[in-house]
Amino acid sequence: MSRSSFLTIAGATIALGTFMTSGAVAETILIDNATIHTMEKRGVLKNADILIQDGVVTSIGDNLSAPDAQRIDAAGRHVTPSLFAGITSIGLSEVSGVKESVDSSISDIDMPQMRPEFRVDPAFNPNSSLVPIARVEGLGFTVLGATAKGSIFGGQGRMARLDGSYDSLFGGEILFISVGRNVSELSGGSRAGQWMLLEQAVAEARTPPRASEPALLTRSGRETLKRFSRGGTVVFSVDRASDILQVLRFAKENGFKPVINGGAEAWMVATQLAEADVPVLLDPLENLPSNFDTLGARLDNAALLHAAGVTVVVAGGESHNARKQRQMAGNAVANGLPHAAGLAALTSAPASVFGVKTGTLKEGQRADLVLWSGDPLETTTVADLVIVNGKPDSMQSRQTLLRDRYLPQQPSLPRAYIKP
Amino acid sequence: MRHLTSLFCSAVALLCAGHTIAEPFPSTYQPLPSQPTLITNATILTGTGERLDNASLLLQDGKVVWVGEGDAPADSIKIDAEGRWVTPGIIDVHSHLGVYPSPSVTAHSDGNEMTGPVTADVWAEHSVWPQDPGFARALAGGITSLQVLPGSANLFGGRGVTLKNIYSNSYQGMKFPGAPQGLKMACGENPKRVYGDRKQAPMTRMGNVAKYRAEWIATEKYVTDWESYEQQVANGKKDAKAPKRDLKYETLSGVLEGDIIIHMHCYRADEMLTILDMAEEFNYKVGTFHHGVEAYKIADELAENGVCGALWADWWGFKMEAYDGIQENIAIVDRPTGSCSIVHSDSSEGIQRLNQEASKAMTRGQQAGMEIPEERAISWITSNAAQSLGVADRTGSLEPGKMGDVVLWSGNPFSVYTRADQVFIDGALVYDRSNPALQPVSDFELGQLQEVRP
Repeated sequence: MSRSSFLTIAGATIALGTFMTSGAVAETILIDNATIHTMEKRGVLKNADILIQDGVVTSIGDNLSAPDAQRIDAAGRHVTPSLFAGITSIGLSEVSGVKESVDSSISDIDMPQMRPEFRVDPAFNPNSSLVPIARVEGLGFTVLGATAKGSIFGGQGRMARLDGSYDSLFGGEILFISVGRNVSELSGGSRAGQWMLLEQAVAEARTPPRASEPALLTRSGRETLKRFSRGGTVVFSVDRASDILQVLRFAKENGFKPVINGGAEAWMVATQLAEADVPVLLDPLENLPSNFDTLGARLDNAALLHAAGVTVVVAGGESHNARKQRQMAGNAVANGLPHAAGLAALTSAPASVFGVKTGTLKEGQRADLVLWSGDPLETTTVADLVIVNGKPDSMQSRQTLLRDRYLPQQPSLPRAYIKP
Repeated sequence: MRHLTSLFCSAVALLCAGHTIAEPFPSTYQPLPSQPTLITNATILTGTGERLDNASLLLQDGKVVWVGEGDAPADSIKIDAEGRWVTPGIIDVHSHLGVYPSPSVTAHSDGNEMTGPVTADVWAEHSVWPQDPGFARALAGGITSLQVLPGSANLFGGRGVTLKNIYSNSYQGMKFPGAPQGLKMACGENPKRVYGDRKQAPMTRMGNVAKYRAEWIATEKYVTDWESYEQQVANGKKDAKAPKRDLKYETLSGVLEGDIIIHMHCYRADEMLTILDMAEEFNYKVGTFHHGVEAYKIADELAENGVCGALWADWWGFKMEAYDGIQENIAIVDRPTGSCSIVHSDSSEGIQRLNQEASKAMTRGQQAGMEIPEERAISWITSNAAQSLGVADRTGSLEPGKMGDVVLWSGNPFSVYTRADQVFIDGALVYDRSNPALQPVSDFELGQLQEVRP
């Protein structure tokens, strides 16, 4: 993007900021002349307008007008719903290497070690620096992942909007289960042991063990599993093709609604996944045999799955660098995934997989959307403007402020006095 | 290896026939056979800051013969680029391919000799597993040369090696002929955490610096001991006793002599400035700071000292010293006159698409108001990287006489949708996206998943 267009954008942002400070008046924004990716049945609308009033998309169409609206000329630029950040620990982990700032995982908890009742959402901190750092890149929502060191059951996550509010959490609970090479230590060193323990755990949930029997679960854990066995969404982190088929069997037998996460070899069982209508969350850049569960990893995993009719979601698993999601989707497209499916993998697909009303642009829905400088999946594209709950974002984060502190050359005072 | 050569010849005279030393673990790399190759109708980024449209390029006898327009032998292979883009081969100055290969099982974990904070005696090349499938993946991303470094647990982690990205049964068969070795050093959290957790030195950043300085002082003594011995021999003293060879101090004296290039893992701006002062104290040069998440805070000082910054486009936050990362880091480090900004990977994924990493960094710089055309940004992954490794006189740019290390891209290499169509190393076509016969497969991957036919 050219320097001059940046200045234009900056100007627009400043103007909007001024508008925002004018009090608690009803906010009306009209973006006109945009390429609107609705991510629903209306498809892509060219030279179209989108009207936002009081936080809600009220109209999408041609030649819209509204008195007193703040007008933003998109000049043909792309507008999409705010994007999915993947399964992350945004708001749960400030600095990965600083233990006391990380709440996404439990470890060394007293026996029993299987704690599906562990929920990460009470620890969510909307004031984390990661939230605006992700938001200014056009990321609007995430799944908060839960992990438990060495345990098959990671615990429960939730979805969170990256709007910085204290009511960021939405959607239902999501249970995390890991299968495969990573969790063998607490399952007797064998993935067959994992299935033995998983079967025992679901049996305990159905019929509590007698007092004399060693229990895997607490009472709360049993209640959790019982609740999920009535069609609850369970994210299985699993890569190897044969393990994925075991997951499909186990989920079907026990009433879980499975979602595959990772799925490096999912393309090898694409037909079975499509038949069972099970979606796959994946990292499109995973193409190395980084372990013996991922010997089949390949760059066109997403394309092959999509062609087989499997819903694909991009979930690269990065929190601090969740903004890499767009690049990941772009690479999936470069390797055969249709562009529209690449965009859906960041918007409507994750929303539908987790049953939340976001990831599309339609009348009556909360206005979380992004105006892009170019093709949203390009590495040369940036978010020009992010609309959060119907309001223009400041487009500032701790990182943009550090940038603006260090951009001036040879300042007269120490940079600690530059507070952009 | 001027001084070390003489030291070594004195010590082990048998190895030094005819004034040349038998370099230990010598390169056996040989360019693959090639035919003259003429690429026409290309958009060429030369790596020297130039962009040539509708231009041609001739490779012959492993070298770049000319760029722009000129004559070609009648038997040249002719490639009409049809407007596609051509760049120098991509160079990654920070890789652990081979030493942390795929699959990343414990049996393969050979990158970090975490048994003491000073392991200047180890050489990363002795850990390189040449069957790492990662080399093939990197080649498909246009990587023609790479430096493999030891990890960052230690203050002095050991010597790095520069490889040409060609499969061979040995690392010697990949070793870039004549490339200087690097010495990996590390600042900050890693050494103090690894050894501090064991209640050993260093436990603090001041402990780090004290230990570096102690080693440089010991190195100075090692050098003078050898000089004194050589003087005695020169004076005809028959019973002169040679000092004992020490692999650690051979490495460190190689740095003081300017033969081994310092590649220092360092995140924080203040620590990098401390290191520059230390280099002045002991009269050696820091070649490149790696990772440098805060390098943007001292871009002018880096340029003034002629130090390269090998950086990520957007990594941050994984530890405290990476907390101040910004996406404009590479562009701001690039801004001063005399700068040497580099995009590095430190990743088996990132090395496959350094062009995309450069694209993101370029875009952020442009958005912040800096004029960074593609012909400049390409230097971050080509000529500046070659400078960092001490091989800029041989590769990293498309100029007559340089190695024929070239990538023909499917389009603009700064687009996420662009892929390397063909890769040439020393003038030989070694990767072709449309020809499976020219896509190498490591021994490890051969025959896996027999029942699966995509």
